[in-house]
Amino acid sequence: MPDDTLFSEVLDPRNRADPYPIYKKLREVPVSRQRDGAYVVSTHAAIRALLFDPRLSSEDLPPSRRPRTGNPLRDWILNPIKNRIATSHRPLIFRDPPDHDTLREFVMKEFTIHRVNGLHGRVGSLVDDLIERCRGRDEVCLVEDLSYPLPVAVICDLLGVPEKDEPQFQKWATQLATALEPDARHDEASRHATVAAFDEISSYMRKLIRRKRRHPADDMLSGLAKPGREGNPSMGDIDLISTAILLLVAGHETTVNLITNGMLTLLRHPDELKKLKADPERAPRLIEELLRYEPPVHFRTRKALGDIKIEGTTIPKGAPVILLFAAGGRDPARFSNPNRFFPDREDNQHFGFGGGLHYCVGAPLARIEAEVALVALCRRLVEPELMADPPPYRSGASLRGPESLGIRISGINR
Amino acid sequence: MSAVDDPSIVIVGASLAGLRGAEALRDSGYTGPLTIVGDEPYRPYDRPPLSKHVLAGDLRAEATELPQLTAVRAQWRLGQAAVALDRAGRTIRLADDTVLPYRSLLVTTGARARPFPGAGAGLPGVHTIRGRDDAAALRSALAEKPRRVLIVGGGLIGCEAASCCRDLGLSVTLVDPNPTPLARVLGMLVGNSVAVRMKDAGVSFRPHTHVKAFESRNGKVARARLEDGGEIEADLVIVALGAERDARWLAKAGLLADGGGLTCDAACRAMTGEGAPDPHIYAAGDIARWPNPLFGDRLRTVEHWGNAVEQARHAARNMLAGRDDQKAYAHLPAFWSSQFDVNIKAIGSTEGADKIAIVHGSRTSGRFLAVYGRAGRTVAAVSFDEARWLPAYESQIACGAPFPPILDATDQAPIDHFSPGFPAPRLASESADTTERESIHA
Ligand SMILES: Cc1cc2nc3c(=O)[nH]c(=O)nc-3n(C[C@H](O)[C@H](O)[C@H](O)COP(=O)(O)OP(=O)(O)OC[C@H]3O[C@@H](n4cnc5c(N)ncnc54)[C@H](O)[C@@H]3O)c2cc1C
Ligand code: HEM
Repeated sequence: MPDDTLFSEVLDPRNRADPYPIYKKLREVPVSRQRDGAYVVSTHAAIRALLFDPRLSSEDLPPSRRPRTGNPLRDWILNPIKNRIATSHRPLIFRDPPDHDTLREFVMKEFTIHRVNGLHGRVGSLVDDLIERCRGRDEVCLVEDLSYPLPVAVICDLLGVPEKDEPQFQKWATQLATALEPDARHDEASRHATVAAFDEISSYMRKLIRRKRRHPADDMLSGLAKPGREGNPSMGDIDLISTAILLLVAGHETTVNLITNGMLTLLRHPDELKKLKADPERAPRLIEELLRYEPPVHFRTRKALGDIKIEGTTIPKGAPVILLFAAGGRDPARFSNPNRFFPDREDNQHFGFGGGLHYCVGAPLARIEAEVALVALCRRLVEPELMADPPPYRSGASLRGPESLGIRISGINR
Repeated sequence: MSAVDDPSIVIVGASLAGLRGAEALRDSGYTGPLTIVGDEPYRPYDRPPLSKHVLAGDLRAEATELPQLTAVRAQWRLGQAAVALDRAGRTIRLADDTVLPYRSLLVTTGARARPFPGAGAGLPGVHTIRGRDDAAALRSALAEKPRRVLIVGGGLIGCEAASCCRDLGLSVTLVDPNPTPLARVLGMLVGNSVAVRMKDAGVSFRPHTHVKAFESRNGKVARARLEDGGEIEADLVIVALGAERDARWLAKAGLLADGGGLTCDAACRAMTGEGAPDPHIYAAGDIARWPNPLFGDRLRTVEHWGNAVEQARHAARNMLAGRDDQKAYAHLPAFWSSQFDVNIKAIGSTEGADKIAIVHGSRTSGRFLAVYGRAGRTVAAVSFDEARWLPAYESQIACGAPFPPILDATDQAPIDHFSPGFPAPRLASESADTTERESIHA
């Protein structure tokens, strides 16, 4: 009889620093039913199969997996993003085909290789600036000093948010990101702050879109807001706003985690740090390995629209399905020595960016950000040393990452 | 003595299956001598681009060489056909009378284009497409802007060629005995979607049309004479009637081989006339006809790229394994084709299908995924630019799920069932080759 409470251990913040032994136990039953009726999918093969199964829906987080407090208002606030936009404008990550595809196509058309690669220089100077600000200190708080501010600045640049509005954006991003944590403790003040942030960013976006329509520039929002040609309508305003907010939210905490996990992992594997410093060309492989070994997104939830037979289990219609990407990344049936951090690994097909139709839109951008940041950190921080291992983690189990990462340094290289 | 210690392995047929088989032997640790015999003068090359990018002029025929994924360290005997097999003496003889001994033989001689059976097949201006030279010759003929191209046969290669010719701005007529293109491969319901695309692209498709002969003017093809007496003007003809095999050198050696293939047991070993496998002779790729467990053990060839690769690897594995460790080869056929701006991907076998359902997309939009049922089971799926969910249907086909298999997808409208509309099998008198129905690249 498989243990049907393992997933609650995954959610338990006490296991945040090292959830991998629980994943190992979970993989013994590739698709395992939990006491609350959710099905956890933890082997590489089963995750892969389900990512390409048309019966899994992203439309609605099943009610059983929504945080419940017993107080309807409080519930509503705890799911602010979803509830705020569920009825009117759901972002594409929570939509199924065919609507999803139409929206995604618009985004992809604007998320060109050209535009993303064009951000490389900007990411470089942002990273250099942020590191430069730590000069004279003997410790770096990586999350606060670099991981956290970088992605927001980059997304602002991508979308075409004027630089003077960026500090405002940083505030909204912080507020909305904490609101995304399913089990975060929200007090009265933070609830209000979240709702306010959401309304503010929405109305800000509305104005910005109007401005982009009048004075289009070479940025993504201008591209998305372009009036459509005949028979080829562009996105409606509401979808535009929710897409812009999605890009901010989906590309924020995730990238923070990748950079922070990356530095943490390098500090735990000093050889790899040295190698990267000597040969920055190693970065792409190293980042792929990070996405397998310490992915920023540990799982995503879907809903089964029909009975799905898989690996000897039948997931019944309506059941929540948890795709435990991070467990698939450590599956010994797919990866040899899965618990070894080994950037030279061949055929590294991880689920760091998900897979199938919701595969991360921002993957190329995230790779650039992580690459530039990690290479610069390795090169410039002199004698970096972890101050606490494990570091304190944020409470989220899905978007899992350190809350802060103190690094002692003896200087900063030019 | 185990095969691993054997002094020599010979592979006959230097193409996709031959190369992948050789690589697999090396990958599995075979270090002994290896000889690869091929009647074409070239190192193994890839055929799918020949009827696509090469005809379109995007890729030179010489640029199709297949990369060696593992160094095969073989002795190559290229430009030499194997002409005789002596099973008792375990030797093969080449066209130049060289005799090669073998301890283990892998036959990967594939197939060739079925020639036009009527008069005029050899006239200048009449082409087929199977090899690199065929494609190069056809490409340079097309570059000279023939006034009227006639394609005989609406199978995958005929349709791909028609698509390329239209892209080149040539006037194209395609004739087929069936009511729609691809009727034998995918049925008329799906074939009709191709007919619509052809029409939009400006191809003149003539169904129910039988060509009897080609006639010439000034020593060059000028027209096709039809069975009903009519004619079609053409200064360039592409004959795309599917494939057949020249297996005479094997039949003479007492193996079950004919134009439809070389019969093997489930472990890819060639079957002898006495009804037992020859433990020293294996086959893979387009040549091999074997009892596929996924088709209820019916003997079939699968003439697709993916099978050549997989079966060659499987045969190589069995060649190195002991007699009591011979594994059966099960394979779910799959192929792709690109034509008329659509990517077609198919999986499973439509043979004998009696039902079809459009499960995603729609025929009106031209993007859809259709599944085929046979006696209540799901047996095949085909995608026209709608391949996203194909893997899910693949696993349904592999486990023989009831038809239709998936009814609760996110993007499904209510599903209607139709008849797939396969043409009646040819009469025996019409075709000397009973494998016509099985040959998907007809
Ligand atoms: C134009 C074209 C387009 C195609 N497109 C697709 C596609 O889009 N998708 C897909 O899945 N499949 C496609 N195919 C099918 C695919 O290419 C074949 O399934 C594959 O080539 C089979 O490989 P093989 O090695 O078994 O046989 P072959 O490739 O036929 O090779 C056999 C080789 O053996 C040689 N040979 C024969 N007899 C002898 C002898 N006696 N002695 C020595 N050598 C001999 C032949 O000359 C040849 O070189 C296409 C085929 C063609 C011709
Ligand atoms: C390291 C950084 C990142 C990681 C690990 C990551 C991870 C993921 C994952 C796992 C998904 C799939 C979600 C699912 O299947 O339900 C996803 C989707 C998505 N990501 Fe990312 N992401 C990162 C950065 C970004 C960035 C920088 C952006 C945008 C600027 C972005 C935009 C999106 C969007 C829009 C989707 C939804 C796509 C869809 O539903 O079709 N992500 N991401």
